[in-house]
Amino acid sequence: MQHLCLSRLSARHPAARNGVLAIDGVNLEVAHGEVVAVIGPSGAGKTTLLQAIACALRPVAGELTIQGRRPWSVSRRAQHRMRGRLFLAPQVPPLPPRQRVVTAVLAGRLPGQSFWASLRSLFYPREIALARDALARFDMADKLFERVDRLSGGERQRVALARALVAQADLILVDEPLSALDPTRAQQAIASLVSAARESGATLITTLHQVEVARAGFERIVALRNGQVLFDAPVAEVSDEMLRELYAEHEDELGTSLEGVAPFVPSGPMPIEVDRPMTCR
Amino acid sequence: MQLHTVQTSVHATASTALPTAPLRDPAAPGRLGLLLLCIVVLWPLMVWAEFKPWLLFDERSMRATGRFLSDFVPPRHDAEFLRLMLAETWRTVAIATVGLTLAFVVAVPLALLSTARLSISALTGRMAAGPYVLRQATRWVAIVLRSVPELVWALIFVRVVGLGPTSGVIAIGIAYGGMLGKVYAEILESGDPSTTQALLRNGAGRLQAFLFGTLPQCSTELVSYTVYRWECAIRSSVVLGFVGAGGLGQQLDNASKMFAGAEASSILLIFMLLVGLADRLSAWLRKELG
Amino acid sequence: MNILARARCKACWFSAGVLVLIVASFWSLDLKWGEFLAPDAMRKMARFMASFFPPETSPAFLAKTWSALLETLAMSALGTLLAAILGLLLALPAAKVHAGDPARTKPLARLLLNALRSVPELVWAALLLIAAGLGPFPGTLALALHTAGVLGRLFAESIENAAPGPAHALRVRGVGELRVFLYATLPQIWPQVISYTLYRWENNIRAAAVLGVVGAGGLGQMLSFHLALFQMNETSTVLIGMVLLVVAVDALSFLSRRLLNR
Repeated sequence: MQHLCLSRLSARHPAARNGVLAIDGVNLEVAHGEVVAVIGPSGAGKTTLLQAIACALRPVAGELTIQGRRPWSVSRRAQHRMRGRLFLAPQVPPLPPRQRVVTAVLAGRLPGQSFWASLRSLFYPREIALARDALARFDMADKLFERVDRLSGGERQRVALARALVAQADLILVDEPLSALDPTRAQQAIASLVSAARESGATLITTLHQVEVARAGFERIVALRNGQVLFDAPVAEVSDEMLRELYAEHEDELGTSLEGVAPFVPSGPMPIEVDRPMTCR
Repeated sequence: MQLHTVQTSVHATASTALPTAPLRDPAAPGRLGLLLLCIVVLWPLMVWAEFKPWLLFDERSMRATGRFLSDFVPPRHDAEFLRLMLAETWRTVAIATVGLTLAFVVAVPLALLSTARLSISALTGRMAAGPYVLRQATRWVAIVLRSVPELVWALIFVRVVGLGPTSGVIAIGIAYGGMLGKVYAEILESGDPSTTQALLRNGAGRLQAFLFGTLPQCSTELVSYTVYRWECAIRSSVVLGFVGAGGLGQQLDNASKMFAGAEASSILLIFMLLVGLADRLSAWLRKELG
Repeated sequence: MNILARARCKACWFSAGVLVLIVASFWSLDLKWGEFLAPDAMRKMARFMASFFPPETSPAFLAKTWSALLETLAMSALGTLLAAILGLLLALPAAKVHAGDPARTKPLARLLLNALRSVPELVWAALLLIAAGLGPFPGTLALALHTAGVLGRLFAESIENAAPGPAHALRVRGVGELRVFLYATLPQIWPQVISYTLYRWENNIRAAAVLGVVGAGGLGQMLSFHLALFQMNETSTVLIGMVLLVVAVDALSFLSRRLLNR
């Protein structure tokens, strides 16, 4: 049985009331433990795809099946239990500014915790060692008791990723985890994320802008364009030609990491940003 | 329960890099200290305020409450009573309006005297000592006026002019005069000073500079705040009824002293309606004029 | 030109309405201006004002005033604290917590909050005397009920204006609304909760000072007692105590807010 199965799935962007579909007739099958990168130009529908898989928005058409069950056709309670087994990391790190990193990371444990344990944890965090070890994999262990609003953008992204590691989820969905990280840190973060997923046997689906990182760190690449799957292939079969076709009319997002002479010169600033502090100290 | 496979894997990879000694939350002692401080402060507060919630449930009070509440439904609604209440409601509104008018008369000179916007000496550097002292003194007069609750003013003036709306009107006039005065001065100082300063520099009188420079800028905000205060004055007017100023408040005081539940609930409903209407009217006015 | 004419018209209508209201109010009330402005009324006022000085400063009376002051302070502090807790409890059902929230409890909760805050503290105190007897206890409860209505509405608005991201991330995983509130929303609105509560304490100290007039203890009760007996010296001591207390609490609240929002 596949872990995840999308059959002609269509969905609108959560903000759009009626109108253009963000993803249209997407077919996708992901096996247990697979590590998949979803790439595509801006506006291709990558975020909507992840949100649809995470049951954060109701599909307009088509079927979504997770571990053989359809989350939108089962009872509330069963859907609730299914939600606890997945983890969605949005593009903007969902961390309350005044919260400390340790609490923000341990919030990933909430679905599996009893209410009173969660309440106690607010006053004195349990499982501090767990949070520290998760942060250590992203080189953030020293910020364990810092406040989130004292961190830079890249540091916050890494904290959000550390939350994924403690979350006890078997389906991990990560949306653009590297937008505020410089190339070295980006490689490190993806490596930690992928190895953690492999160790626990979780299925990992990541949307990425950085095509070269996708090619380097993932075994399967799904390409989305205008809400539809352009190609879905093991990384070895993905050629520069296919990538250029994917990013036609969005060449400035492609970057210069293609082998050989790059026929397109990026016209605007590169989408990868360096660590920038978000607060004035 | 699922095996904590992620937990063990996370531990395994990190154990070589960091010591696995249990970490302590550095904020914990501070929090504990704060909690102790709160208890130490809370205990005497509860004693001084005679905070004994169990008293609410003792037999005598429950019986009295029960009887009073059971009279609440239905509220008294015979025509004669309602006519009387309508007259009292108008009285409450009238006291508030006259009181606020008086407050306006008090506030305008207070604001004009205390605002730094109309300072001529400040045009060329720091304000001179004399005007500064005058302005600060006026500010403090406004602060003192508004620090004394209007109920206290009303209590005092009842001794001078006797029971009736006059004491209520004067009380609102004084207390709200201080409030309006202080806020008017703040509003006047919040806008762009250049227009007023230009007029003053060119030799215009202070009043002229105010009328042609500051006032046009701030008029909507001033009116908006005044309308908002009118709404508050209606509430104050009801409260002042409890010390003899008449209106709905006095009726409610009588009703509760006589344990007349039906009248009390009727008056409360009328009062809530009045406040709701005044609230809507005030919001609408402020939107229209803003 | 049309817009200008309409605007002038609006201002005209407004001014006319205000004028009518003011004139009608003056006319319908039997205000005793004569009593107030007649020459011997002025003399009476002057004598009355003079009777306030000197304030009564005997140690026994000062001790009584001091304990009444503490009673008033405790009433306001405890009442405000209870109001903050009650307000938070009511704010969640009164807020539309996220875009897809049916918010079925919102109308009822908002109605309750409005009812609580439209009744002034003094009226609550007068009513609560029946259940809680005389003394500062009904005063504390009255302050708590009224302020809970005010704070509850402010907190509900803060909840609705908080950034939705952190809460959404937890909700997607099926975490219950209460824990979502504790882990994602409350940390965001906490500075506002503290700030609004401290600001209301400033208001409540004034309210607490006068609640005693209906029998709810503290400086207000002393004030009404001594005024009724025309004991002006004692009255002026109590008034000075009130003003000092109000100024002190204002300063404390201002400093705390500055400290907590650094």
